[in-house]
Amino acid sequence: MPSKLYALSTSLYTLRSMEIRSPNKTMAVSGGKRSVGGELRSRYRRLWIYSVFFTAFVSLTPLGIMTWVNYTQYRKTLVAETDHLISRIASNSQRFIDGFLEERRAALSYVANRESYEDLCDQGKLSRIFLNMNESFGGLVDLGVIDADGGQRSYVGPYELKGKNYKDQDWFHEVCIRGIYVSDVFTGFRNVPHFVIAVRRDSGSHGELYVIRAAIDTEVLRRHVASLELRAASDAFLINHKGILQTPSRHKGGILDPCPIATPPFSPKTQVVETATTDGEPRILGYAYIPQSPFIFVVLKRPEDILQGWLRLRNEILWLFGVSVVLILAVVLASSTFLVNRIREAGRRRDEALHSIEYTNKLASIGRMAAVVAHEINNPLAVINENAGLLQDLIVVKKEPPEEDRLLRIAGAIRGSVERCSTITHRLLGFAKRMEPLTERISLGPLVEEVLGFHRKEAEYRSVSIQLAAPADLPIIESDRGQLQQVFLNILGNAFAAVDDGGRIDIGLRREDENTVALTIRDNGCGIPAEDIDRIFEPFFSTKGDYGTGLGLSITLGIVEKLGGTIEVQSEVGQGTSFTVRLPVTRRI
Amino acid sequence: MKKLKVLLVDDEQEFVETLADRLAIRDLQTSTAHNGQEALSAVEKDEPDVIVLDLKMPGLHGIDVLRRLKQAYPNVEVIILTGHGSQKDEEAARGLGAFDYLNKPADLETLVSQIRRAFKQRLQTLEKMSMAVAFAEAGEFDTAKKIMEQQNKKGD
Repeated sequence: MPSKLYALSTSLYTLRSMEIRSPNKTMAVSGGKRSVGGELRSRYRRLWIYSVFFTAFVSLTPLGIMTWVNYTQYRKTLVAETDHLISRIASNSQRFIDGFLEERRAALSYVANRESYEDLCDQGKLSRIFLNMNESFGGLVDLGVIDADGGQRSYVGPYELKGKNYKDQDWFHEVCIRGIYVSDVFTGFRNVPHFVIAVRRDSGSHGELYVIRAAIDTEVLRRHVASLELRAASDAFLINHKGILQTPSRHKGGILDPCPIATPPFSPKTQVVETATTDGEPRILGYAYIPQSPFIFVVLKRPEDILQGWLRLRNEILWLFGVSVVLILAVVLASSTFLVNRIREAGRRRDEALHSIEYTNKLASIGRMAAVVAHEINNPLAVINENAGLLQDLIVVKKEPPEEDRLLRIAGAIRGSVERCSTITHRLLGFAKRMEPLTERISLGPLVEEVLGFHRKEAEYRSVSIQLAAPADLPIIESDRGQLQQVFLNILGNAFAAVDDGGRIDIGLRREDENTVALTIRDNGCGIPAEDIDRIFEPFFSTKGDYGTGLGLSITLGIVEKLGGTIEVQSEVGQGTSFTVRLPVTRRI
Repeated sequence: MKKLKVLLVDDEQEFVETLADRLAIRDLQTSTAHNGQEALSAVEKDEPDVIVLDLKMPGLHGIDVLRRLKQAYPNVEVIILTGHGSQKDEEAARGLGAFDYLNKPADLETLVSQIRRAFKQRLQTLEKMSMAVAFAEAGEFDTAKKIMEQQNKKGD
């Protein structure tokens, strides 16, 4: 009955081994010392990190993209809006100033058309015209007429200009050629800033030309700028093409001072650009060139002022984003922790269940072992029984004392049987004693022989031939005797279960390298199907039906790995199986 | 009266010889065999009345020996006496027609009384069979058939 002996070996190693391999551990047959607890902890930790990163990524990425899109979109819209606002101020001002200049030009042209050259050259008449015009339009500082040769023919105003000749002056040439001239602003007499408009007039039939020239107070322009009701930090003024202030800046200099920004390039339309003052402060600049004049209208705003609405919105967006991120992260962390804890808990329960199954298995093994031992002992007991009975028979039935020879033979038989019984019990005790893991110096040959002792009887019954090849120079190894016995018992038990009666089991010991000895147990039994071979080390995997617990090889692998070794399996269905256990000569703990 | 012939089959030589001695003291004619093959050839040579058979032996297993014996000699009574018995073995043995199933170490008186009872049953069987033969020879096939059927029923 091979199953009995197999059961004995199963029981013995199961009894000793508390270690059980969890099923999620891969079937790596490589050995080495491993800290299972640490590995588990780091695996759960990795799981947690993956979970946190993945869920955070999945939930934060759309949020981030949405926030970014909103952010840029709002920004674009708001910037466009403020740009538009600035542009409108600049355009309106341009139109206003242009209109103002045009009005003066028109007035001068009107005067020139209406009055004859002679009247205009008359000081008294000119004086009247000047008063009339000032009444109608205001802002005129003086009025004068200059003949084609550049001589001042008449003049009304605060300066003493009569008789002055402008023939060589640039403005005179310009007005002669283009018909109109608007000057830069300058401060003249009494320090009143003003500029000059001059209009050419071709007088009547003679074809002679003359020029009407008026100086105009810049107060009107200043008032216009003031009426724009800009914020305190903003600024608006006129500059000329050379970058000289034509109306005072609010913050950066008075009239005729250099402009605080570089002169913007010419553009026929209103422009809004980002620029910086000469001090390096950022500004939004809106400007418009005023046609037919040296003036450029400039409006300057601090970006932070015009973007105030945007900044507020941006802050709100960023706050919302920040709070959402924090909330999401909190939820992600909490849920990941919860989940991983649940998984860990489930794993712990599974391990507990495995332990309890193992414990049950152990109890069952004890029962089976007891049965096997009882059976083993029954045979010698029967011999003792019969011999003692015979002795009785001889005395009671035959009524005569038996001869000495016979008595001695009976006593010998009894003692022989007692010897057999004690061999069995001692072998058992030998196993029971070595429950604690130890590091001993072990000669593998005798140890394998000892284990084979458990199988000798079965081998005999089933005519299974067992060959043990152990070279004499096999090194003595450091390992745990009891645990090695379990390992060999189990693998041998499997081999016995696999072979048919009359089969063959070869056991080979050899030195593999400096620090490795290998033990190969090869049988010519039924073999393991390829689809099963990856699973044989998994707990609860069994092909033995009711006989197997499915824990044998799983426990065996656990022990071998604990001892720093490896197990290798090769099998072919119908040909047999070979297990190779490699063990270190020196134990590395 | 014919002397009761018992064949003892056990690989445990010491046991089988001692048992033979003790049965001889009790007026039984004993012979021994140490494995299944020996047992089968011994039966072939000289058919015993009762066989005491061990199960676990080198070579042929006791159950196989029992099966072959019952096929060739259905009227030989077999008592199983084993130290390795299990419930399953017992069921198998009884299913194959073993007279009884005893565990080692067994009380000799029990064994002897079972051997005698087995012998008695064998005698009855043989008697009935010879009766059936007689009826058959006399042309009473129905009666012969009935006797045989009764006998077969017992065997089951």
